[in-house]
Amino acid sequence: MVTTTALTALEEKLLAAAGSVPDPELPVLTLAELGVLRGLRLASPDRVEVQLTPTYTGCPAIEAMSADIERVLHEHGIPEVEVRTVLSPPWTTDAITAEGRRKLAAFGIAPPRPAGPAGGPVTVDLTIRCPHCGSTDTTLLSRFSSTACKALRRCETCREPFDHFKEL
Amino acid sequence: MTNLTLTPALALGDDALVLSHRLGEWAGNAPVLEEEVALANIALDLLGQARILLSLAGDEDELAYLREERQFRNLQLVEQPNGDFAHTIARQLYFSVYQQLLFDHLATGGTELAPLAAKAVKETSYHRDHAEQWTLRLGDGTDESHTRMQRGLDALWRFTGELFEPVDGLDAPWAALHDEWTTRITALLERATLTLPQGPQRGAWTAGGGRQGLHTEPFGRMLAEMQHLHRSHPGASW
Repeated sequence: MVTTTALTALEEKLLAAAGSVPDPELPVLTLAELGVLRGLRLASPDRVEVQLTPTYTGCPAIEAMSADIERVLHEHGIPEVEVRTVLSPPWTTDAITAEGRRKLAAFGIAPPRPAGPAGGPVTVDLTIRCPHCGSTDTTLLSRFSSTACKALRRCETCREPFDHFKEL
Repeated sequence: MTNLTLTPALALGDDALVLSHRLGEWAGNAPVLEEEVALANIALDLLGQARILLSLAGDEDELAYLREERQFRNLQLVEQPNGDFAHTIARQLYFSVYQQLLFDHLATGGTELAPLAAKAVKETSYHRDHAEQWTLRLGDGTDESHTRMQRGLDALWRFTGELFEPVDGLDAPWAALHDEWTTRITALLERATLTLPQGPQRGAWTAGGGRQGLHTEPFGRMLAEMQHLHRSHPGASW
């Protein structure tokens, strides 16, 4: 989904730079690992256009992400940076890379399982592994946690509460 | 604010904005911390929808903060005060089942609303799931929770007919959506040991509905609170 045409070497470099920006709310993940960068195009030697997609419709982090991308690309010598928000196709937790999932678990957040079809029934009782002790005996405390993208669970083995990046 | 015509984006944007504000009123008042967070998260999703939809209709801030009551096109259901927790859950149940059905339909159409609908419907699934789980828990809970849940469902029933009245410019199979909504609500209430309300789905006294800019008394007070800061300090930022 990143771009339809091949990137030039410079565009590749700029995309990697934009992708290395940490997520403002989950700084263990980069934007590339979160899968929210949709494309980058050098419109002229001075101007670059970036496509960014929000995780959730109301996610307030999108403005901080845009500002961080602009700053990083300015540092790479591009004076004009335009970050556009695109909605389609909708972001899904399936866009989080394997490395991103590993980092989430290491950070204490249970990574999302593969997402079901859009709008389908939400499964709430499939096993989610505790990121602390690895037990599969965990229970849902609340469908919504510190941010809209996470649910709050508790491990029945080690008794620790933890966040689960819920499927979208 | 002249030339304001009812567009589908305005109608659906107002639904999201007004319900978001109502849910935000639970901040500091929810029965448990987890619900405080859950209701705030649902409100945030709805606010995101409202920003995108109102931006399709005009300037989002002007539309949210500088319109008079009669210029809002939201459903009367979403402007109803929170009441007790069960009352709020009843409102969430009626609205989220409706919104998921409508957005499912819009997501596959080719209109300007399709990208937002396709994205938001996934979040709406969680809102619906939240409302359904609580309806089951309260309905099949104690005598007190059962009574309150039934009371909330009954009190809001007369606002549910409006959900399926055609919106100008919005192509949707309204009668089929209404049937599907009734089927889902009926099945859920049965599982929750609750009774489907039997009265009319529209108040006998109404001379129109929210889509025509006619609202119920509590809405004016809500708007006064919502718009107060912006109107008192025009152009202020932070």
